[in-house]
Amino acid sequence: MSKTINNVVCPICGCLCDDLEVTIENNEIVKMKNGCAVCEAKMVHGYKSEERILKPMIRKDGKLVSVSIDEAVKKAAQILTDAKYPLLFGWSSTVGEAQRIGVELAEELGATLDNCCSVCHGPSVMATQEIGIPAATLGQIRHRADLIVYWACNPWASHPRHVERYTAFTDGRFEGSEWKNYLQKLKADSGRKKIEMASKRIARVEPPIKPQVCFTGPPPPMLEHKPGRKMIVVDVRKTMTAEVADYFLQIEPNRDYDVIEALRCLVTDQELDVDKVGGIPVDTLRDVADAMMNCEFGVIYFGLGMTQSLGRFRNIEIAIALARDLNRKTKFIISPMRGHFNVTGANTVFAWQTGYPFALDFSQGYPQFNPGENTAVDLLKRGDNDATLIISADPAAHFPSVIMQNMLKHPLITINPDMNAISRLGDVVFPTQWCGIEYSGTAYRMDAVPITLKKVVEAPPGILTDEELLIRILEEVRAIKIKRGEPVGQTEAKFTHPNTTKTPPVNTAQKKPKRATKKKVA
Amino acid sequence: MEQKLRATLITGRTIEQGVGKERGKGSEEYYVSCAVCFFDKSDMIKLGIKNGSTVRVTSKYGSVIVKAQKYRWGVMSGMVFMPCGSWANVICGDETYSMGMPLFKGFPVEVEAAPHQPVLTLEELLMQQFGRNSE
Repeated sequence: MSKTINNVVCPICGCLCDDLEVTIENNEIVKMKNGCAVCEAKMVHGYKSEERILKPMIRKDGKLVSVSIDEAVKKAAQILTDAKYPLLFGWSSTVGEAQRIGVELAEELGATLDNCCSVCHGPSVMATQEIGIPAATLGQIRHRADLIVYWACNPWASHPRHVERYTAFTDGRFEGSEWKNYLQKLKADSGRKKIEMASKRIARVEPPIKPQVCFTGPPPPMLEHKPGRKMIVVDVRKTMTAEVADYFLQIEPNRDYDVIEALRCLVTDQELDVDKVGGIPVDTLRDVADAMMNCEFGVIYFGLGMTQSLGRFRNIEIAIALARDLNRKTKFIISPMRGHFNVTGANTVFAWQTGYPFALDFSQGYPQFNPGENTAVDLLKRGDNDATLIISADPAAHFPSVIMQNMLKHPLITINPDMNAISRLGDVVFPTQWCGIEYSGTAYRMDAVPITLKKVVEAPPGILTDEELLIRILEEVRAIKIKRGEPVGQTEAKFTHPNTTKTPPVNTAQKKPKRATKKKVA
Repeated sequence: MEQKLRATLITGRTIEQGVGKERGKGSEEYYVSCAVCFFDKSDMIKLGIKNGSTVRVTSKYGSVIVKAQKYRWGVMSGMVFMPCGSWANVICGDETYSMGMPLFKGFPVEVEAAPHQPVLTLEELLMQQFGRNSE
């Protein structure tokens, strides 16, 4: 028998789309509506694929061998307590409830605690600490933004429904969708291509090889006169997002800072003594600056092209400064395109638990924040740590191999639902439930709005949630420390076996207290 | 025809890589979408390679063999693009400029044609890089 669940939240990217319709048959998702291609790959196929880990494993003589959960928990706790300076990394694809236990575990171990944002939007967080950020929720942008700038990001690939749900292609209360205009543009382009192809066939001439140029766009189509929402894409390469934009600026790699600074000069009515900045003619930049100043509500979304290019957090700082300058003339917002569905949550939970969003060190008994020293890549590069726990992340697919080689010199514990690259390398490999599919929890959208993920199917028997598993490891770590006579912390969180976590039956026999009735006064 | 192409490497997301990673890191989709390097058409002519040819991409930090593919969206001569994943990581650098963020974008690489060289699967690549895998 099949049933359909509405308004399911997608646990993949920072958009956290909450309008999925999921059809369940025999405790399996068989169909899904409204999701993007990536969402369908996970929710319909990926979560139940052959890659799923069903039993904990320990590496013995170089091979992974299935063991009981008790043995794996004991082994992991032993590794972590024996280590002098362990690293706990990941946290971006799990729920806030598990992240909270993670902070407690790091404190108990005197460990380094870092999340995936250190290799994605860590520089954005650092820039925000330096200069602040003018922000708004995605709902505000959906209803009001009339100028959308995507800087160094490609939402068509990384956040496939961002344009459709929140910016140019959505019908807001005060701004309409540009979808029909885009379709007309597409038809016109297709007609033009057909004519070009036909003329080439007739002339039988090979097209010339295009020369190396950085700015390839046509002259600006007078952005300020275009009705409706306007969309500008700035990137080092043309992408599908640039294809749907009204205007595309192709800048030279590592020149984001220069181009933004030039825009700041133009916005603040200063003259530039050069013809080009970052490969873009100044006249073009002037048109873009005019479009930015003349909009009613503008927004800059920036991606990893800014945080991973030369300049790192200084790029973000100058972009925020541009938004600040624009706010003297109009209303302007700037926001990072956060990647994993709960990487914002990792920053938020770490910040309200410890005061700092990432790159934490508990080795002194209190949290210290120092990016560049406590960040996972720097720590591993120096080779300081002597054990690693990875949860809901895959550094083997997203860290440089030279860094991973240092990580694997010491014991590695992994907690992931499926056999991703890091689980393939682990010494102790834990399975866990898929959050947002097999259990519920809190995740923070890219604009820091908390949303509750839904449970839609039952997990395979014997697999714990991230939170339950971390509590078990924490309890075991404390038990070992008590045996050694070391002081331990106290917690309210207690592990209860999943079989006993059913909601207690309502005691129907219990009588409700009677309302006191007023006595009639004679 | 040139023997080696000096280019700037950019790594990043593609929709195919996103689908592949959610299907499973051991899946065919992930392998096909990540073990590739995208070139501008003019650079492919310079190197004498076609869609599907194997190429060796080398940086200061390592060297990896992947399949070449023409970049379909626009001009980017002098620049090559690889989807983020285990193959791109082999050539990414560990320099963080004291900010925690390693080199993923905008650093120099050399590309050369590598005919008849095998493109390693994820398991083979992990074994080559780290001396262990799930088997």
